[in-house]
Amino acid sequence: MDTLNNFLFIGLPYAALAVFIVGTIIRYINYGYQVSSLSSEFLEGRRLFWGSQPFHWGIIFLFLGHLIGFLFPRSVLLWNGHPVRLLIIEVTGFIFGLSAFVGLLNLFIRRITEARLKIVTNKMDLLIEIVLLLQIFTGLWVAFNYRWGSSWYASVMSPYLWSIFKFSPDVQSVIALPWMAKLHIIGAYLIVLLFPFTRLVHFLVAPLHYIGRPYQIVIWYRDRKTLRNPRSPWVAKYPQNN
Amino acid sequence: MNVRAQMSMIFHLDKCIGCHTCSIACKNIWTDRKGAEYMWWNNVETKPGTGYPTKWEDQKIYKGGWEKKNGQIDLRGAGKKKGLLNIFHNPHLPVIDDYYEPFTYRYLNLIEAPEGNDQPTARPISLITGEPIDIKMGPNWDDDLSGTPDYGRKDPNLENLSEAEQEAMFQLEKMAFFYLPRICNHCLNPACVASCPSGAIYKRGEDGVVLINQEVCRAWRMCVTACPYKKSYYNWHTGKSEKCILCFPRIEAGLAPACMHSCVGRIRYLGVVLYDADMIEKVANAEESALVDAQLNMILDPFDPHVIKAAKENGLPDSTIKAAQYSPTYKFIKKWGLALPLHPEFRTLPMLFYVPPMLPVMATLSKQTNEHLKNQMDPIAKIWPEDWKYDTSMEEIFGIVEKSRFPLKYMANLFSAGDENKVKDKLKKLLAIRIWRRAKTVGDIPLDKAEAALKEVGYTPQVAEDIYYLTSLAKFDDRFVIPAAHREEAMELLENTGDRKGSVGFGFTTPAQRGL
Ligand code: SF4
Ligand code: SF4
Repeated sequence: MDTLNNFLFIGLPYAALAVFIVGTIIRYINYGYQVSSLSSEFLEGRRLFWGSQPFHWGIIFLFLGHLIGFLFPRSVLLWNGHPVRLLIIEVTGFIFGLSAFVGLLNLFIRRITEARLKIVTNKMDLLIEIVLLLQIFTGLWVAFNYRWGSSWYASVMSPYLWSIFKFSPDVQSVIALPWMAKLHIIGAYLIVLLFPFTRLVHFLVAPLHYIGRPYQIVIWYRDRKTLRNPRSPWVAKYPQNN
Repeated sequence: MNVRAQMSMIFHLDKCIGCHTCSIACKNIWTDRKGAEYMWWNNVETKPGTGYPTKWEDQKIYKGGWEKKNGQIDLRGAGKKKGLLNIFHNPHLPVIDDYYEPFTYRYLNLIEAPEGNDQPTARPISLITGEPIDIKMGPNWDDDLSGTPDYGRKDPNLENLSEAEQEAMFQLEKMAFFYLPRICNHCLNPACVASCPSGAIYKRGEDGVVLINQEVCRAWRMCVTACPYKKSYYNWHTGKSEKCILCFPRIEAGLAPACMHSCVGRIRYLGVVLYDADMIEKVANAEESALVDAQLNMILDPFDPHVIKAAKENGLPDSTIKAAQYSPTYKFIKKWGLALPLHPEFRTLPMLFYVPPMLPVMATLSKQTNEHLKNQMDPIAKIWPEDWKYDTSMEEIFGIVEKSRFPLKYMANLFSAGDENKVKDKLKKLLAIRIWRRAKTVGDIPLDKAEAALKEVGYTPQVAEDIYYLTSLAKFDDRFVIPAAHREEAMELLENTGDRKGSVGFGFTTPAQRGL
């Protein structure tokens, strides 16, 4: 039993992280062209709305929720100290979870039923969609049955995850969790592991830099002004603007 | 003054015969690939008509271009807020059916079908799914169909035309239409660049060509929405957007772009214009009525010593300045005032200009004139009475322009944001030159009358001859004035070759530095 636990909650996360980091870097450097959201809206736009919108907003909220619980467990516990506030967080979280689940279900059905989409679907797309579906399902199950998830996540999961990142893994508290919760944790590692091999990589290139950028972009091959200026220093590498 | 060079184009619509050679040349070189089958970086549409993609001009549907709100312009359907909020599902994105589902035919069936009672057929199959389909639309599906309810009458440019004007346009025996070839306009205020969340689209400083970096594009597909001309296309196979590249590899080698090189009607001209980049923001924000003038104002006189000086200070090579002086596009746009941008009201400051077509004007009569002439006409032959023939209409020559069957309003909706006077001015000029040439070659119009016509539009006989030459006789090198070199001679243009001393030469991408 111990070996299995060690494998699932110590070995797997490190393996997943290693594959994630190395895989993503290799993919970005060697196959940078393939880092894309691969939108299929152009082939089917109407049904996508009912899948993509609820899924993405739901999953983003859930991701941020998990991240905050991991980074600031004390604040979360403090916030949850008041039952109304706890209820707010649990209910909104659950609604976003449902939204992500329904959205993804729609996406999955759309993907396997639309003839045009079959052409642009690969095995990894289906695999990751199924894994994600199961993951959201176990998450919803855990949230519904073992209350209140936001509190015990902050007090149990956060220290465990920290211990992983600090390279002194402590699995005692995790082992005691119900098996559905364990499944959710394992699923998370699986997703991290699969990440570089799927279209999920587009998450890493989310265009947030757009917010701060001027609208127009002009690129010069060479910085002609500097080049032509007799006062600019003699260099072996020429000033470039792109 | 921030002088920059821009490759700009002129399409002389009077000369376009609608042969689609340009489209084929482009397709063969650039878009004959999976995922790009449906793309026509160059397409030719029949006007009035709905175009490609269907009704692309109707921004109520596609939300392209810039709109002015509270004195400030913003992207209509994309931009930082709308773009990022709609990134998971872009509600205004045209889908493949708005273009057409690409198809081929099962030709092999003609040969390999087993013997039977029926003639074997080559069924159309989708190039996406590979399954048999019923073709609903194809490239230039509306070719020459301006009279039909499905195409001509659904033209978004008919919007503010009166019922009578529309009816006059669509009377079958008087039907008129013309061809509108379109490529990316390589705009000065490109909506596609502004809308790209990844920052993958950029304008080249040297010649103003707008390109999409395929490595950086992440399929957020905002450019497809933002470009009001729908000249940015989404490749459904690679998951990257693509657009006309103005054949930059050819331009850099001094060759004309493929569409222009192959143009049968020789309607296309390419040349450099100099413009003041500091003015872009102001011009793009101009009042709609002042938009065209403001845009033309940005284009600078390449012979003006101040402009030349500023250009040199900005690092423009002499060859580019010289090319700007010989540029056929500069002549058409500024010197002769014959060309107008397509849909300037989209505010992207397009750099492809059109000489509006004359032919429909010449062959038309207004409804009112029609009534008046009815009894004089032979009811069967429908021959127009003598005095309305081209050569005898001299006295009222400019009257014809105004009373044309093809309403000026329609042309104005296309080329001048609704300002009929602008279009009228161009048509009068074109007509004056015809009268002049007719007086000279056929001789049935007195020369003094022809000169008077020229005078009225502000041309001298010499100018008229120049325009005639560049319109009808121009050789290849007159039509395409491409600065001799950009990249391949960059070394000689930009640097003292002595500067290369001590460097690693060509081909090395990393400096030859001693390692650690
Ligand atoms: S025509 Fe469209 S794609 Fe071309 S530069 Fe203008 S906005 Fe961009
Ligand atoms: S090749 Fe020239 S004449 Fe023929 S359709 Fe194209 S633009 Fe018109």
